[in-house]
Amino acid sequence: MKLKGSRDNPLLRRRYRAERRFRTICGGAILLAVAFLVAFFADILNQGLPAFYYTEVKAQITYSQDTVELPPLAVSDKLRPVVSRGVLRVIPQEVEKNPDLLGTTVERWVPAKSDIDQFRKGHTNKLDDDVVQTVHELEQSGRLRTAFNTPFFTNGDSKLPEMAGIWSAAVGSIYLLVLTFLFAFPIGVMTAVYLEEFAPDNRLTQTIEVNINNLAAVPSILFGLLGLAVFINFFGVPRSSALVGGLTIGLMTLPIIIISSRAALRAVPDPIRLGALAMGATRWQVVRDHVLPLSLPGILTGTIIGLAQAIGETAPLIIVGLIAYIPDAPTSITQAATVLPAQVFTWASMPERAYVEKTAAGIVVLLVVLLSMNAAAVLLRRRFERRW
Amino acid sequence: MDTGNAILVFFGGLIPLSYAAFVMGRRRAVALARGGGERMHSRPQQYGWYAVVWMAMPAIAVALVASFAGLLGIAHPPVAMTFTAALVLAAGGLAAGLHQIRPGLRARNHLDRLVRWLLLAAALVSIATTIAIVLSIVFEAIRFFKVVSLWNFVTGTEWAPDKAFLVGAGRAGEAGSSGYTFGSVPLFAGTFMVTLIAMAVALPVGLFSAIFMSEYASRRVRGMAKPVLEVLAGIPTVVYGFFAAITVSPLIVDIAAFFGLDASYNNILSPGLVMGIMIIPFISSLSDDVINAIPQSLREGAYALGTTKSETIKQILLPAATPGIVSATLLGVSRALGETMIVVMAAGLRPNLTANPLEAMTTVTVRIVDALTGDQEFNSPATLSAFGLGLVLFIITLSLNVISAVMVRRFKQQYD
Repeated sequence: MKLKGSRDNPLLRRRYRAERRFRTICGGAILLAVAFLVAFFADILNQGLPAFYYTEVKAQITYSQDTVELPPLAVSDKLRPVVSRGVLRVIPQEVEKNPDLLGTTVERWVPAKSDIDQFRKGHTNKLDDDVVQTVHELEQSGRLRTAFNTPFFTNGDSKLPEMAGIWSAAVGSIYLLVLTFLFAFPIGVMTAVYLEEFAPDNRLTQTIEVNINNLAAVPSILFGLLGLAVFINFFGVPRSSALVGGLTIGLMTLPIIIISSRAALRAVPDPIRLGALAMGATRWQVVRDHVLPLSLPGILTGTIIGLAQAIGETAPLIIVGLIAYIPDAPTSITQAATVLPAQVFTWASMPERAYVEKTAAGIVVLLVVLLSMNAAAVLLRRRFERRW
Repeated sequence: MDTGNAILVFFGGLIPLSYAAFVMGRRRAVALARGGGERMHSRPQQYGWYAVVWMAMPAIAVALVASFAGLLGIAHPPVAMTFTAALVLAAGGLAAGLHQIRPGLRARNHLDRLVRWLLLAAALVSIATTIAIVLSIVFEAIRFFKVVSLWNFVTGTEWAPDKAFLVGAGRAGEAGSSGYTFGSVPLFAGTFMVTLIAMAVALPVGLFSAIFMSEYASRRVRGMAKPVLEVLAGIPTVVYGFFAAITVSPLIVDIAAFFGLDASYNNILSPGLVMGIMIIPFISSLSDDVINAIPQSLREGAYALGTTKSETIKQILLPAATPGIVSATLLGVSRALGETMIVVMAAGLRPNLTANPLEAMTTVTVRIVDALTGDQEFNSPATLSAFGLGLVLFIITLSLNVISAVMVRRFKQQYD
């Protein structure tokens, strides 16, 4: 009997075609996800990278009694529409700090107005013709340059786009991160240790377990309602402060830390516990001296991933008021603060074109922080992962 | 002295005192051991910790009682009085603790029991969190439903929390007698619309990705594709929101215009699509787990009958994995319902009851944020409406999560 080849069998050919089609669809789904990610990063970088450079103008600034009283007089009529108001309005403070400046004229590079910057980046042309003329003249005489946007990293928020920066939001995010860690890490690890090492298998334990899994799936905005009703209205924690943000986000991060810590504890093999118990150690001594040190890398990896989520969280923080306008970085955890994602949100709702660029640049910074935290978690896992 | 400083001083003082108590307890244990006679039951430092506990517990208890009395408004003990009471009790506790230290004291076992209680207390924090969420939402929602009837809230089709401006504009007649109406139907319509669009994207892409990863991909491809999906899951929602508002919405308007359609810049399609992309990793990783949990023998049996891979997947694996996939879908739906930033940034604020995804619609979460960031006072119905909406959102997402958990447990039991 002769076996029929697949090429001759129409049914088989059809089935193989279906197989190839299905495989293509499945691969296509992955490609779609990859394509989106590429398009997404390209778009964000394309919009955000220009904000890391800005326009500076070389201006002669006159410090005199007149200009202290009326700062716009400090630069020539020609430069007035070009130089940022943020440079001029601090002249009185500068003179107060350094009285020797009075009666001098200083020539230095200062930030230009955001309209000029946007014009040079090819975005707006709502400038008056004579200002455009000035810009061309300044460019030809080399008094206009593109420089690295240092103020973006050292300034707080500002109503002038060229002066707005992420510094105070970054400080707020660091406060929030530290507070979240302080609240969620000890309680999370203690809960995990209890559930894995101590808990008897009873109703209460099961309730706690089910409850933790549910908590992990509660919409984040509801944690904001909790923070508002409990921490602000009941306990009287100051609204908009890093403290209330840290408490709220801490509760949100708790289930993530518990779940990953439990997995890390479970990975420690039982003979280690039994060995220690056989030497007469108490349960707590077993945990403290053997199980915890061995599972610490796993616990820390989970914690970093949880904190990376915490640092990108926005919705509950808006509810507890961390979207205030913060020009100067907070110096204590009870002062009004804002965080990076909230700053991104605030800038995204600004009407000026220059803020779109700022928003995307803020996002680039946020993503760099997040990706490095996740990379750190992966490295930690690779470095300390132990196969038993 | 304000509360924050008082707390700092309290714990700042507790640390050196604890150290002193530790040293005293240990010294006493060592002295007893040197004195000869009976052998000590535990290590010296365990007696030290025993003394610390006896010193610190009464002090912390006093501080807790005093602060709760102040919070609940029962009494306002002066800070100095609280501190004195705490110090006196701490000294008394320390004396009592030191007095108990003798060779027969099983300090080690006492500590072990105490640690167990401390750990249990930590575990109860998560229960307390859930209770606090429920209570805070229910409590404020009750205040809201005292003003607004539940029936109107559930069936009303007009959401207008503040019509005061109509009165101001001399159109008091249009505002009605109460000055506001809270009909939540258009908000939930928006939420379900955005969820529907998101799941229409996330479910096929997530499911096919999971099938590709678990059945077709080589180890190397899998190693490259998995991080991509993990990165998608790690992007903050505010970033997705910006992308939806700045890039996707105008794109949709342009494409709609190309086909001669009129789309709003706040169209609900754009946040829906972007939310779908956000949910892909949830669906794919959960489905991946489920498909991997199906025993290899099912696949091998199918191959032995001569089926192709895709036939095995479609006729054997997917039916077997259905409970798990449904459970993943429910979790995805729960995510989409509660997602906030994407819709806040890209969807509109205007309640709109429509079936056209190119129009602007608003959602429940958008109105919650709007109600709580407005300049209305906290007790106004406009602000409290956030808690009414939050309550419904909580009930829906909780039921979805519970159903999903039950289904996935059934699935796991089936193949254990």
